[in-house]
Amino acid sequence: MRTLAAIAVFGFAMAVLPAFGPTDFMLSFLTLMLLFAYLGQGWNILGGYGGQFSFGNTVFFGAGLYVTVITQVQFGLGPWAGLAAALLAGAAVAFAIGWLSFRYGLRGSYFALITLAFAEVFRIVANSIAITGAGAGLQVPLDPSPANLQFVGREGFYWIILALTVGSLLLAWQLERSRFGVYLIAIRDDEDAARALGVDIFRTKLRAIVLVGAMTALGGAFYGQMFLYVDPHIAFGVSVSVEVLLVSIVGGMGTVFGPLLGAAALHTLSEVARETMGDTPGLNLALYGALLVVMVMFLPKGLFGLASFSARRLLKGWRS
Amino acid sequence: MLDPILLWSGLVNGLLQGAIYALVALGLTLIYGVLHIINFAHGSLLMLAMYGVFLLFSQFGIDPYAALPIMVVGMFVLGYGLQRGLISRASHGRDENILLVTLGISIVIENLALFFFQGDTRTIDVPYAFDSLEVFGVFIAIPRLIAFAAALLIAGLLWLMIQRSDVGRAIRAVAKEKQGARLVGINVEHIYAVSYGVGIACLGAAACLLMPTYLVYPTVGHAFVLIAFTVVVLGGMGSFPGALLGGLLIGLCESFGGLFLGESFGQIGIFLVFIVVLLFRPSGLLGSRV
Repeated sequence: MRTLAAIAVFGFAMAVLPAFGPTDFMLSFLTLMLLFAYLGQGWNILGGYGGQFSFGNTVFFGAGLYVTVITQVQFGLGPWAGLAAALLAGAAVAFAIGWLSFRYGLRGSYFALITLAFAEVFRIVANSIAITGAGAGLQVPLDPSPANLQFVGREGFYWIILALTVGSLLLAWQLERSRFGVYLIAIRDDEDAARALGVDIFRTKLRAIVLVGAMTALGGAFYGQMFLYVDPHIAFGVSVSVEVLLVSIVGGMGTVFGPLLGAAALHTLSEVARETMGDTPGLNLALYGALLVVMVMFLPKGLFGLASFSARRLLKGWRS
Repeated sequence: MLDPILLWSGLVNGLLQGAIYALVALGLTLIYGVLHIINFAHGSLLMLAMYGVFLLFSQFGIDPYAALPIMVVGMFVLGYGLQRGLISRASHGRDENILLVTLGISIVIENLALFFFQGDTRTIDVPYAFDSLEVFGVFIAIPRLIAFAAALLIAGLLWLMIQRSDVGRAIRAVAKEKQGARLVGINVEHIYAVSYGVGIACLGAAACLLMPTYLVYPTVGHAFVLIAFTVVVLGGMGSFPGALLGGLLIGLCESFGGLFLGESFGQIGIFLVFIVVLLFRPSGLLGSRV
């Protein structure tokens, strides 16, 4: 119940924020942060709760991104059809990858490798065929109206992404209380024991990856609507794959608020780095990488683990 | 019907390229066989070594082949330090953590390279870069031939070291039975770091052999890392002959894929092999266990 209350407070506070006249810069910053909290939650469901570390979640993100843009540019359909198609495409790609990997019992490093390889295959294909616009990418014509899912101000996407993020928090909260979620956690903690207890490993993992694929693709689709552009590098490069796992790990894997906390921390950090060290390519990500090592080394439970640990200690000290 | 000379040149090119892949994969397979970890930083460490060769040449005028001992020793020390100081400490004994730590290391190295060298590609100009030899109508660049021979030689030396030397025996003991090795007085942490160091030293050698004909840029490791993983998985994780065979096969696969399907789709062939092997025979061609 406390988790639900926290989600409600967070959602409400963020929803009314535009009324206080934030700058455009701040709204864009928050929108991207929320988007990665949402995408990170996708990684968290499979990786954090389910223990299946994907190194190629960008394959779902890119599929959603490409499908929305292609339905509009190549087929002349509206973005709403594009969103639906993206959702389906993400689920289908996830089903195919999940079916293949889990059917043949790939886990741990092998699963990480195969997701990475799939992302690379998609990147090469997108780079080589005509419908994706090959290396040059595709651009959606600018025509702001709600029917086109394009907005003049920044508030439009801010609210949409906020709704997605709150939805993903609710999903994680619900997951923790559901049979499906408990199965996932059981698989993470000890796959063989879970199987012995009668958990259908294959089905549970497959359901999880399809859920993740669909939600990540939806995130990619909105990303496409925001920037109205896609190329193979944005869609299937390594940066999204890395960032979604990073926000979960930094924030705290297998927790409801981990990805949100991680996204807030990382985006603030990278903004501060940009302010102090200038906009040099590479430095940002180098910092991320160092942070990943440091987190795994000293804080394997993430910021959320640290926060709840110190809160408990504080409480203990106060009681005694 | 394809011209036989094309096929012949595809074969030669594939084998030459494959030997380099095998050399890169040898280090990876050694690290996997002993530490049972997948070294995600492998590609970026190769890139680092290539910049090392580039700097030695451009700053001090050291020929890449002369730089080989320096690079091998330097990369060994770097690898030993990384494993002892960072990877083993951060892992807390869990494989997933090692995966993440080596991923983190690779992100740091790659982006620092991007920061210091920008995205430009760099090459070194050696006088013999374009020397070539004609074999039955196909021209073979001498540096690539040297790389081929050296890769096979290094693979042989490595195998001798593992089979015959005391360190090699200790490495095999640790790979087989960590607890038992500890009980008979082997310093397991030290052997882990030595194995990682030797694996990385292979990259130093590979970089010296590559630089006369290759160019280096911050993401050059990407091109090699997935291929190296493919080679290792194809040959069988932890198997030396497997890495050699896998490397040559992948080289041929890339060369003939490029010949029949065009440059960019030829690359896909490698990943398809990778995915298919992972799915149907994750123990690889010559591997025994997963």
